Amino acid sequence: MISSLLEYWPVLWPALAAIAVILAVVPFLGLYMTFIERKVAAYVQDRVGPNRVGPFGLFQAVADGIKIFLKEQLIPDHVYTALYFIAPSFSLITAMFALVVMPFGPVATDYQSGFRFMVAPGIDIGILMMLAISSLSAYGIIVGGWASNNKYSIYGAIRSCAQFISYEIPLGMSILGVVAIAGSLNIERIVASQSGSILDWNMFWQPVAMLVFFTSALAETNRLPFDLPECEQELVGGFHTEYSGIKFVLFFLAEYTHIVTVSFLTALLFMGGWHFPGLPGPSGASTTVLLLGLFVLLAKVSLVVMVIILLRWALPRFRFDQLMGLAWKGLIPLALANLVGVAIVLTLGLPKHLLIATAVLPILAAYYSASKFNASLAEGNTLRNGLRTQGAVSYE
Amino acid sequence: MSESQTNPPVKKKTVKWGEAPKLSVLDALYLPAIASGLATAVRHAVSGKPTTRQYPEVEPEIPPNYRGVHRLNRDEAGRVKCVACYMCQTACPANCIEIIAAPAPKDDPHWKDRDKFPATFTIDELRCIYCGMCEEACPVDAIELTSVYDLTGMTREEMVFDKEKLLSVFDQTVKSGRDPVRTNRGKLGPASEVSPTAKDAPPPPGRGKRG
Repeated sequence: MISSLLEYWPVLWPALAAIAVILAVVPFLGLYMTFIERKVAAYVQDRVGPNRVGPFGLFQAVADGIKIFLKEQLIPDHVYTALYFIAPSFSLITAMFALVVMPFGPVATDYQSGFRFMVAPGIDIGILMMLAISSLSAYGIIVGGWASNNKYSIYGAIRSCAQFISYEIPLGMSILGVVAIAGSLNIERIVASQSGSILDWNMFWQPVAMLVFFTSALAETNRLPFDLPECEQELVGGFHTEYSGIKFVLFFLAEYTHIVTVSFLTALLFMGGWHFPGLPGPSGASTTVLLLGLFVLLAKVSLVVMVIILLRWALPRFRFDQLMGLAWKGLIPLALANLVGVAIVLTLGLPKHLLIATAVLPILAAYYSASKFNASLAEGNTLRNGLRTQGAVSYE
Repeated sequence: MSESQTNPPVKKKTVKWGEAPKLSVLDALYLPAIASGLATAVRHAVSGKPTTRQYPEVEPEIPPNYRGVHRLNRDEAGRVKCVACYMCQTACPANCIEIIAAPAPKDDPHWKDRDKFPATFTIDELRCIYCGMCEEACPVDAIELTSVYDLTGMTREEMVFDKEKLLSVFDQTVKSGRDPVRTNRGKLGPASEVSPTAKDAPPPPGRGKRG
């Protein structure tokens, strides 16, 4: 046993180190994401934000953490106790388990040189496994809503369920194009296929896929403008209405872990990952280059996180039918058309940069929906004309 | 259709029908609207000036006619101005004032112009509703509501202010220059100093001739 452990030690220690990094960083990151979110929200709304604990309120997150650990463990009388306890931990477990196949720093595709910033490098179904695991997180929300035995919670859970089955489809489809071009489901290989100049990044010749992916990913994380499962104005707290203290934090942590995952995926799949013009690839690179690659990746990730946080203050929440309509009538056809475009280009062996033409797709879709709306206006299919024809207003 | 009969008829020329705006391609694309929303958010985040007041460090400017913690005024000789007439206690709708009067020490030259003075004067600050009727009832302007708003305490007992505490509120507010405004309304008793403006000034609006 011990001898075999020692034998595998050279393979084992980077994985253990990566697990340690993830376990240490994720809760810390979750706490500080709340702090950053509060600060950004304050600045956007012309406020100051938390500034009492430590310089610039930097220790606010720590204070929040301590406070929430010391809170009373309140269990309402009417909940299904076992499920009530399982749900938050399940949500966090799935959110963190998805990080197993995610490279959080430069990983060489020959898996020979340098420290591998990844728990399990070289998984050939990487992105597929990630999608599978992260969609399991819906169970945490649904079980939590069910176990709460509360109307608001179950409404939140059902909404979340409907949202998940709508947005899983465009999410998967938008990635398929990228996967087909890279010829692999392995995330490291997808990133490696974007090496070279800045124009090799997927975002430039898969703009539709990026748009669809980002939108669906926002819906997957239950963030505004898609935060219907927990919208305060309609559902009190949604699925976490009955949760408080450490169990509430687990839900919260899972949500923020999801945001980080999504941001990493966006950066890795579409923004070139750790590649940057002038920076050599990770295979056979020195430690400095590896650290630079790590920095580049983290910079891209923080950019995406910032956009996600800012979007919260830029967009109103969707109505539920609008949300489903966007997924089924907007994103799925777009992703499908994009996939067909990729298939044509790959089958005919055309240069892949022709795919930039897919950027026309959303404009076509917008033209179609605008003309349809205007036609419905001309037919008098509005509340105003409805009033007039039904004679709700009569003239003297 | 049945509802249409219940609606009152409308004059045709008073009704202006608006046209619903047509949707352009850019509107249906959503992206320009999202970009402009993001731009607004970023603009405020980068160059917005915070409107937050840093409260404990920067205190708000309380108007001088604010009805905060009570004080018992002193006269020029430093004695309590109150003549223990029970007017405030009678006027108080919350029954939070309790006065025990005592005859003024006649042989003391310091007190020879007074008949009575309050031996004890307690106000339950938790019971008070800060209506200001004691202030209006007082014939000598001895009791006043100050602009001290941040009244806190750990026990109920320390929120019951006695005479010394009320006088100390007077000393504090005079020292800090946060004197409440004098309404100078009505005729004050002989124990109060009468400011020269009181006779000349017209009665404040909102009250009858009796003030």
